[in-house]
Amino acid sequence: MSDDDVLLSVRGLEVHFPIRSGILIERQIGSVKAVDGVDLDIPRGATVGLVGESGCGKSTLGRAILRLVEPTAGTVTFDGTDLHNLAGEDLRRMRRQLQMVFQDPMASLNPRQNVQSVLSEPLRAHGIGGDHAARVRELLDVVGLPASAANRYPHEFSGGQRQRIGIARAIALEPQLIVADEPVSALDVSIQAQVVNLLEELQDRLGLTYLVIAHDLAVVRHIADVVAVMYLGGLVEQAPSDDLYATPLHPYTKALMSAVPIPDPEVEDTRQRILLQGDLPSPADPPAGCRFHTRCPFRQPTRCADERPALRTVPGHPEAHTVACHWAEEIEAGRIRPDAAAVVAPNPQHASDPAA
Amino acid sequence: MTSTEPLLDVRDLSVTFTRKGGPTVRAVDGVSFTVRPGETVSLVGESGSGKSVTSLAVMGLLPRRGVQVGGQVLFDGDDLLTLPRDRLRDIRGRDIAMVFQDPMSSLNPVVPIGVQVTEVLERHQDLHGEKARAAAADLLARVGIPDPTRRLKEYPHQLSGGMRQRALIAMALACQPRLLIADEPTTALDVTIQAQIIELLKELVQDTGAALVLITHDLGIVAGLCDTVHVMYSGRVVESAGRRELFARPRHPYTGGLLGSVPRLDAPRGAPLHPIPGSPTDVLRWDRGCAFAPRCQNRVDACTEGPPPLESYAGRSLRCLNPLTESEEVSA
Repeated sequence: MSDDDVLLSVRGLEVHFPIRSGILIERQIGSVKAVDGVDLDIPRGATVGLVGESGCGKSTLGRAILRLVEPTAGTVTFDGTDLHNLAGEDLRRMRRQLQMVFQDPMASLNPRQNVQSVLSEPLRAHGIGGDHAARVRELLDVVGLPASAANRYPHEFSGGQRQRIGIARAIALEPQLIVADEPVSALDVSIQAQVVNLLEELQDRLGLTYLVIAHDLAVVRHIADVVAVMYLGGLVEQAPSDDLYATPLHPYTKALMSAVPIPDPEVEDTRQRILLQGDLPSPADPPAGCRFHTRCPFRQPTRCADERPALRTVPGHPEAHTVACHWAEEIEAGRIRPDAAAVVAPNPQHASDPAA
Repeated sequence: MTSTEPLLDVRDLSVTFTRKGGPTVRAVDGVSFTVRPGETVSLVGESGSGKSVTSLAVMGLLPRRGVQVGGQVLFDGDDLLTLPRDRLRDIRGRDIAMVFQDPMSSLNPVVPIGVQVTEVLERHQDLHGEKARAAAADLLARVGIPDPTRRLKEYPHQLSGGMRQRALIAMALACQPRLLIADEPTTALDVTIQAQIIELLKELVQDTGAALVLITHDLGIVAGLCDTVHVMYSGRVVESAGRRELFARPRHPYTGGLLGSVPRLDAPRGAPLHPIPGSPTDVLRWDRGCAFAPRCQNRVDACTEGPPPLESYAGRSLRCLNPLTESEEVSA
């Protein structure tokens, strides 16, 4: 991929939050490694999906890219400019190009600000002149809200409509990149699809590039061109969406995908699941070696616990498909079998019951 | 494995919230369903569909002021709605138990887990002291909490979300209830933890023969777990069927719309989603017509002229005047 095609490039990004202790003299006694060495490229005009469970650092990564939290180390290059070196007015100007859509539309809108004011605030903040009222009407039209919405307040809207306002605010400055942090997870099922469709439509119309952060793999599969899977501060697998879902290579990706329920009894009764034991370890004290080895059903002695695997390509798969697992080839070939306790066989009682 | 006598028989349940100087709100309106021993029944719906209020009414957990509950809730022949409070307390916790959505707000934050679990055993099974503690440790071990004796001394904030939900399930199982009501038991959890909890519930139903009422908005969970599904919209059941029939041939436009709007992990990429237009708040009052009519693409004039009746045929109930036909199902 040539550099022109990459809109945003993240290299070695780390965000460590200090843990302090002491009353009079505060000392740092450790750090929460929320993001710990992430490389990610976002191609221009594409949608990159970032999936992972809560606490894996996906939101922090999104915020660090926009410099809403300061990275501890690493670089973020946007369109050839290193964002980390920007400060003051330059950074503020750059923010026009990078916008964010938040998860909870009620919490991210000021309840005392009407929609007209919400949507024209970015225009005022960046000193854009012209007819703000007309621009607000145009934005409302783009996200599918009536022009009369401009004089109303956030509490007068439903959840889906509020998320539309949040999206309208994000596109008000005609940004190039939008980071959407769980854009649909607070919404009702029938509304989620409306917002997903709106995001896709806006991408086609305005040529936007998205980084969509979500825990719902089905939504990410639907919307993203490239998917990155994150576990405990690091990426474990990254691939074009179709490749990832057709042939997941990392044990965590496999487990994550088998955990997603599919609304079809035929599929649910016949598929095999990999069940992970236990919870996510604490990012303040991540396991040595492969971060996932404490829960991995494919774990092998010594190497998994000793050496942290880096993202690499696997023969027989496209170059864009990278995985951070020492044993990806062996697992794919079936030479390493998962721990029997972690495999849940299809439900025989349901599957063999033709009357049900 | 299911016997014919229903364990729980909810008949024409209605719940109306009244407010001084405000309009009354009918949250649940004529809901009927039965649950047999060993059966898993699901109530599916979006926010505002009345599914949680239904479960609270069954458990008798709604406040008495400002709420009118009508109909019958027969548990083993006794009407829970008219039972004296002390008899209800004996049944609740022992024969019927409930697991709530948010484990943090249903556990007492200043009381150790052990005390909260043994409390149930003391109240219903007359176990005390060391015996109760041993039984509590067994329960925690059974729901997959490692190192249960240590966990018993810990407070809710020291446990992770999945662990808290397990503790809550352990409390619900303490007296081997015959009916377990789970209200969105996995909504607050991550997918890998959700899979663990669902697997746990499945095992429990199989091992103990208890009946399970699962309340959820997630059709995926329903597809893997339930025998019978009731789809609710705006306080009424709009479609009921066995899960295979329901997923293979949804007849109500709302059911079809829900299935069409969920992105599926196994669907080809780029397959378009078909959202239901409008939002769950755009409802018509049931006495004027079908509540779903304002969002329905199969609407006919008769839909807004009066409430559509719930008609039963071939093991399925349907409240619709112009249901989906075979050819429309997929595109709905």
